[in-house]
Amino acid sequence: RDFNERCAQCSEVNWGLTDGGRFYCRSCHNVTERTTEVINTDFVSNTRVQTISKGSRKKEKTDGGCEWYVCEGFQLVLKKQAEALEALGVCPQMKDEILCNFWRLYLQKTKQAYCDRPDGETLQALSVCNSSTDAESEPETPSLLHLLSLSESEGDLQTDSSFISSTSKVSASTSVCSGSVDGSLYFMKNQKEKLRMTMPMTLSFCYMALLWLREPMTLSDLLRFAVEGHIPYLNVFQHFPEKMKLYGVDLKIFCVESWPVYEEVHNKMLELAAFLDLPRFPDITDSCFLHPDMLCMKYLMEANLPDELHNWTCRVVKKVCIGEADFLTLVPGNKSTRKVKYDVLAAAVIIVVLKLLFLLDDNYEWLLSDFAEERNKNNKEGRPYFEFKKWYKVIKCSLDAEQKKLDEERAKYQWRCEKPLFYSADKKSKVLKRRQMVVNLQNQFGKLSGSVQPAEKPNPSSFQLSWSEENTDGSCFHGHSLKGILQEKRGVLAAMNPDYWLCTVKLCRERLCGHLAHYREVEFPQSYHFVLRLFSFLLRIQPSSIHDDVCLIEHKLFNKKLCKKPKYNAVIRK
Amino acid sequence: SSHEHRLNFQKSKEVCLNYIQDAMLQKQWKRAAEFLTVYIEALEKDFSREYMGPSEIIWRIGSEILWHHSHNGMKEFNSFIEQMKTLAIKRYLKVCLEHVFHLLCNGLIDEAYQTLSLAESWRHGEHTSVRDKEMKLIEAYRGLLDYYRWAKQKHILLEHGQDGFDDLSVEQEMHSCFRKAAVNLKEIIKIPGVWDPFVKCYVDLLEFYGDHDEARQVLNEYAYNSKFPANPNAHVYLYQFLKRQGESKKSLILALKILHDSVPSHELMIDFNTMLQKSKKRKKHRLGLEVIFAALDYAGWKENVKAWSCLAKQLKQIVISEKHLDWIKQEWNSRRDWWPAFHFSRYLAKRNWQENESLSYEKALVAGILLGKDCKYFKYVSHQGCKAQVKRFRLLKKFVNKHNPVYLRISG
Repeated sequence: RDFNERCAQCSEVNWGLTDGGRFYCRSCHNVTERTTEVINTDFVSNTRVQTISKGSRKKEKTDGGCEWYVCEGFQLVLKKQAEALEALGVCPQMKDEILCNFWRLYLQKTKQAYCDRPDGETLQALSVCNSSTDAESEPETPSLLHLLSLSESEGDLQTDSSFISSTSKVSASTSVCSGSVDGSLYFMKNQKEKLRMTMPMTLSFCYMALLWLREPMTLSDLLRFAVEGHIPYLNVFQHFPEKMKLYGVDLKIFCVESWPVYEEVHNKMLELAAFLDLPRFPDITDSCFLHPDMLCMKYLMEANLPDELHNWTCRVVKKVCIGEADFLTLVPGNKSTRKVKYDVLAAAVIIVVLKLLFLLDDNYEWLLSDFAEERNKNNKEGRPYFEFKKWYKVIKCSLDAEQKKLDEERAKYQWRCEKPLFYSADKKSKVLKRRQMVVNLQNQFGKLSGSVQPAEKPNPSSFQLSWSEENTDGSCFHGHSLKGILQEKRGVLAAMNPDYWLCTVKLCRERLCGHLAHYREVEFPQSYHFVLRLFSFLLRIQPSSIHDDVCLIEHKLFNKKLCKKPKYNAVIRK
Repeated sequence: SSHEHRLNFQKSKEVCLNYIQDAMLQKQWKRAAEFLTVYIEALEKDFSREYMGPSEIIWRIGSEILWHHSHNGMKEFNSFIEQMKTLAIKRYLKVCLEHVFHLLCNGLIDEAYQTLSLAESWRHGEHTSVRDKEMKLIEAYRGLLDYYRWAKQKHILLEHGQDGFDDLSVEQEMHSCFRKAAVNLKEIIKIPGVWDPFVKCYVDLLEFYGDHDEARQVLNEYAYNSKFPANPNAHVYLYQFLKRQGESKKSLILALKILHDSVPSHELMIDFNTMLQKSKKRKKHRLGLEVIFAALDYAGWKENVKAWSCLAKQLKQIVISEKHLDWIKQEWNSRRDWWPAFHFSRYLAKRNWQENESLSYEKALVAGILLGKDCKYFKYVSHQGCKAQVKRFRLLKKFVNKHNPVYLRISG
């Protein structure tokens, strides 16, 4: 519903909005009868659409900043993120159409509930600031209310939200404790308000768009890119135009002080999809990247496991029907189906396959490996038989090294942004002094650390571990054969392992306790824990989440057997 | 390895701090500096009410790192400390004081003095009792440095005096330092506490200028005022002063008695024992025996020849006179279970004989009296001694053999 029509009089497409909410042509000042309740959120628009409300026109604030609303800020954030995704190879459609439309839909849905004023006034539209047409900046005036101060002995930000809600009516034309117009309203308790926008939610939006387009990027990839800085997340607001001044409560809204959490982003995405009344998402078919068959292939490669295992993962997927489009595709609002986490599911499938073939009870897999080693001695085929022991050694070594690196990165993670932030104008000088001291000290000690180069951002890559068959040290297992651990049975190659142990005999009620099962490291074999740890590292997610999906698949797989003997089977004969 | 994949600002700074700690414990200063560089951004979020917030942590850790690993030495250190001083007003005086310590450790007395003077004149911030105490400390240390200057002037004066020169300006300077030092030193030792170096310096000044009464009073206060923490050194200083003053034996003994009660292993116990032995009073002799036995209870005295010779002498006297054998019995009762293994093992006999003949002689005498002629220590040493044809060992053997019945009565 972009208003891109040509003007009747001058054929230009250069529209503004009058006070009355009508479009008028800027070139020839022709006023149309067309009114709009929804703004043109064309991201590359250069038009300056004025805000509308019943009554007063808003003046520019004397601090040289313009008036801006919190959702404009988020709009900019989303724009930056979409651009970054496009740079990573996502199709431009995501930015130009999908994300844009989702956002517009969100604005529509939330505007009714979002800013009800005590006197009943409602906002009709938003303004998009364009820095090139703004006036010169003027010296800032001090805030009227000092909400947050920076002295050492004061409490932290979290405790001040209660203070905000007790402030008296905030008029729109003066921003008392935030750079944005409605920042202070943001934290007021409002029952009608649903789904208030947050920084993690921007990633939910992105993921939702990616999912809609079935782009080859999993949620764990997305979050990892955000943490690594390839997708703007941490200090995005530094890219806001100069005129959008950020202080006071804005900082609470836009400053990120924690890494995005997978479950949180995922759940919000589901909420969002339902809230926006989205229809069934495009089907996830077996040619999609997110389909377990595809993702398993990717993860098998990354985990340095033999390609032949892919046959087995496909078999499992087929057997438990998790490759069906109906199972995989997201239907927002449908509470009865369990929502699929594609990356976690694929990892779980691989783990189940490993359990099928190797049992992973801290005993059998090693025996089997020795057996395969023996067979390898007489192996006349071009490819060696896969030996669990060798694989374990190689992976453990790499995993430990990578984990160590990651741990150091966590310790060295820098949170502050180049632009210093002030909670209120009168604290500015103190903040700047502090910032100067921080910079000085960092220089001083930075020099002492020797020739430590500033950590270069690693190139964004979908693969965190890579293995090359060209390595002559035999550390790549992709091409290895599974024959060493299989046996012929009625003309078919079957696993030698006859047993299987269930992670849990009974699944929990997820809705009640949040999980399907409860994972405690000490209760499970070390080998199982090891493979969980491996995928936990790759996906940057708690082992328990993967464990949940493993339990789910197992229960589907052994459903019949479980129904027969519900109590006895800790170990199942296949 | 952590399975925790979440991270927030607080947590990442905590983890960072752990890395700094590890690096420092392993003296990897470069690595510590690397992580400190990252930690420093916590300053901008220093809202914590914790016991030790980021600014204090950075001050302490930064000082430590720069102290051990710095490209520009004191210059860099000083500039860092100056920044720390401005960082937290509440801590200003504390930072100054620690800075002074660092300067003194590097022999930069003048810089330390300047820093102290500057700190003294600082009047900002709230007035608290903690601040008052810190200020007193600063004044006291300046007093100490004034004393140091005084001592330097005195030294110059004495040298010049020998050369026949008469330097009036030096003398005046010296007196002025004295006045400044005296004022501050006097102040600080009024506060209950442990002020050993301050007391010593102050007394030195007083003695030089002839104010012995004041000196005595100060030392008495320091030693006997119950508000002050128990401090053996106070009694040592008092004793030394009294000795210098030529005080009566009675008062000297009194001072040392308290020392014996609190620190039986003190090195002055030998002097004490000697003094007591010289006395004519029986009680004093008794105390002397107690003192010397108590001293030898401690491992540090095991190889002290003088101590053993004191004990040996006294025991010999008692045995020969056959008076007061009960004294020995009393002292030996609590020791007979463990002294043999502690002092008179066969291994020690061999070692003592090899390393120190006099030691083995004295010990053998004591062993012979306390444990009889059949004890392994005495037997081994006397045998070796006689074999080596050292006269006194022969005499020793004779003596112990002769007085063996005494042993039987002691051990009875």
